[in-house]
Formats: sequence, C-alpha cells, structure tokens
Amino acid sequence: MLALQTILDNIELKVLTDTVDFSEIEIHTGYTSDLLSCVMTGAQAECIWITLIANINVVAVASLLEIPAVIITENAQPDAATIARANQEGIVLLSTPVGSYQIVGRLWELGIKDTDPNK
Amino acid sequence: MSDQATLSDNDAGMITRVEELGYELKISQVMTTNVVTFSPDMTMLEALNLIQHHRISGAPVTMNGEVVGIVSTEDLIRALRDGRIDRKVSDYMSKNLITAKATDKVVEALRIFAKKNVGRLPILDENNKLVGLLTKGDITNGLLDALQRDYQAEEVKRYRASHLFEDIESDRTSLILRYRIIKDDFLHGGAASNHIKRALLRLGADRQVARRCGIAVYEAEMNLIIHTNNGGFLRVEIEPHKITMEAYDDGPGIDDVEKALTPGFSTASEEVRNKGFGAGMGLVNIRACVDEMTIKTSKESGTNLYMTIYLDKPKN
Repeated sequence: MLALQTILDNIELKVLTDTVDFSEIEIHTGYTSDLLSCVMTGAQAECIWITLIANINVVAVASLLEIPAVIITENAQPDAATIARANQEGIVLLSTPVGSYQIVGRLWELGIKDTDPNK
Repeated sequence: MSDQATLSDNDAGMITRVEELGYELKISQVMTTNVVTFSPDMTMLEALNLIQHHRISGAPVTMNGEVVGIVSTEDLIRALRDGRIDRKVSDYMSKNLITAKATDKVVEALRIFAKKNVGRLPILDENNKLVGLLTKGDITNGLLDALQRDYQAEEVKRYRASHLFEDIESDRTSLILRYRIIKDDFLHGGAASNHIKRALLRLGADRQVARRCGIAVYEAEMNLIIHTNNGGFLRVEIEPHKITMEAYDDGPGIDDVEKALTPGFSTASEEVRNKGFGAGMGLVNIRACVDEMTIKTSKESGTNLYMTIYLDKPKN
C-alpha cells in the first residue's frame, strides 16, 4: 500500500482535479486498460487506474468501482465537464505526457505490485 | 440519571464511532487556528486586556513563533493577588510546557488531557512553530462536526433504510427503482448504475453484492446508450432475498445472441470504441456478475435482459 502523495512525490504527474490531502488516499494496487468493460471486471477498489481514455466515462467507471485516482497518459486531455464530475465524485485525475507502459513501470518500481485484494 | 441508564443501539453505535473518529481526525482538523498570543515582554495588565477583549481564558506566550510559556486566568489572578499586574508576562507565565503536534491524532490530545492538569494545549508544526491551540471544547466541537458532516446524516439514512424491510409488514415486500436511459447520452452514462449501487449500500447490502449489481447494471446501461434505437429503461426490484434487474428497449434486437455472448465480439462503431467501449465484454461481464441472466430479443419488440442476484447465496 502507498499513499497517493508518495506517488506524486516520486513520479511527475499533473494534478487536474482539486487539491486534497493526497496523503490520506491509499493506493493498494494498480490496473491498466483502455477498455471500460475490462476495467469493470479487472480493476479492484482502491487501485490506481492508468489509461489513455480521457472522457467522462472514466469518472463513471472509477466512481462505480471506488477507484480513487486515475492517471491519464500521453497527454490526453479530459474536458472541463469531466474534471468537474471527478471533483464531485472525489476522484483524483492525474495527467502525464509519457505512455501507460512507462507509468506502470514506475509504479511497479515504487512497490505497487500486489494485485491480490486479500493481501 | 435515567437518561444515562438507557442506551439505545443507535447511541451505542455512535460511541464507537466517536472513538474511531478520535483515531481518524488529526489535531489540525479540530484546533483553533487564529490563536491570540502574548509576548514575554508584555505586562500582565496588557495580557488581561487581551483576554477580556477576545473572551478567552488564557493564551500561549511566543517568541519568534516558538512557544516559551503559557498564561492562564489562574496566573492573572496570582498577579492581581500579589498586586503586581504591571509585571511582565515572563514573570508569571507557566514554563512547564505541554504541547502536541498538529499532525497527531485527536486521541493523543485526549490522552494528554486525561493525564495532565492542563486546560489548553499549544499545537506545534514539524518545525516546533505554534500553529494552533486546542482545548477540550475544540475536541468536542470537532468530533461533533465530523459526526454531523460525514457520518450521522448518512448513517441515520442508512439505518432507516436498512430496517425498511423489517418495518414493513406484507406478504411480499419489494422496492422498485426505475431509470430512463437515453440513447447516445454518454454524458450521463453510469449515473443510473451508480445510483442503484448507492441505494443498495444504503439498504445495508453487502459491498460485494452492491459491486456486482453495479457492474451488471452499468454494462446494461451502456448497452442501452450505445446499441438501441431509442434508449430504454432500467428497472431494479430489491427484495429481502434477491435483486432482480431488468433492462428493456424497443429495438433493434440482437441478431445473434450466442455471438453477442462470445467474449470479444462487438458490433460497436469506431466512434464508440474510441470512447473506451466496444470491448465485446458487456454481456460476458454481466453473466459473470449475476446468478441468473436471461435475454429475450426480437426485431419487432426489442430486447429484454433479466438479471438476478440472490442475496442468500454469495457468489465467488
């Protein structure tokens, strides 16, 4: 488990949503996919989701699955409505110019490896 | 007296929650931040004037942001009794400092108040600079606020909701939620499933059950948005022992149901795929989440999708 603040301290990510106490947000595991149905089955609660999708459906899926933070890669830009909805739902949207592969690698190095929710 | 003797279940639950909050809340969340401070070179009379003006009962004494002492009403009374109200604050302040850190949990402060005979705690940051003042009253107010804010309202609603079925007597009680889903309304996609999931949690449903329902209904909702002629309806019936979910539309129907149930098969357009849909996993996901799934479809009358989750036999 890592605090989102630790991730932000170690990986250069732009915070798109309102600033909150990132040290209070716990990230237990990660998931990456650009297909929402796959996220639906594969992603666990309290995971960080890495995706190229930047539209409002990301917020809907994250909210439903209790995903606290989403990293949007390759500079894909969510619109204002998406960011507003994310703020409303309490979901942190982060942006990076690099690709999903690199981000996953960095997160893995930081120690976010475990995908078993029971551990 | 008799009030204390009778403790309802609700009160009992509340006490535990207060204790929990003591461990959750940081001192920084409940302390007073606009702290009136004295300087050591001030006279006790000036301190008294400040105390009266701000209606406080004491204040920390600081030098360059660091706490060097604390003055309470008792110290003022001592100075008055001695007839030396013109003496400096540094002569009468208490130098035996008991402080706490802003990042500490409230429970730490409660322990200090229980052990030491102090009325207020100067609160310091990581550089030992004064950032706030904490009294027992601040803690009480902070806990009450926190309870009110993020817990009480929700919990009372949930308490009422989760006892809904017990309170109503009938031969068969059910709660029906209906949502109209509009074709191509990607902006509100997922709103109905989110509402349904929240309703289930309010009703006291197991988190895992609420999640399974949420996923199944989300997929059905997106199918109505993406694949129908005119959108459709979601209908969720909640009963004490099962949840029945139904998605129906008026066309165009599914050409080949078996194909539609094949993982990866999708008829979604390129545009829809670019939004992250069209993985060809919708119905597959639904089938994995629910205990029973039935599809009735025809070109003439559209598609009816029935999904059932039984609450007395947990899946997975």
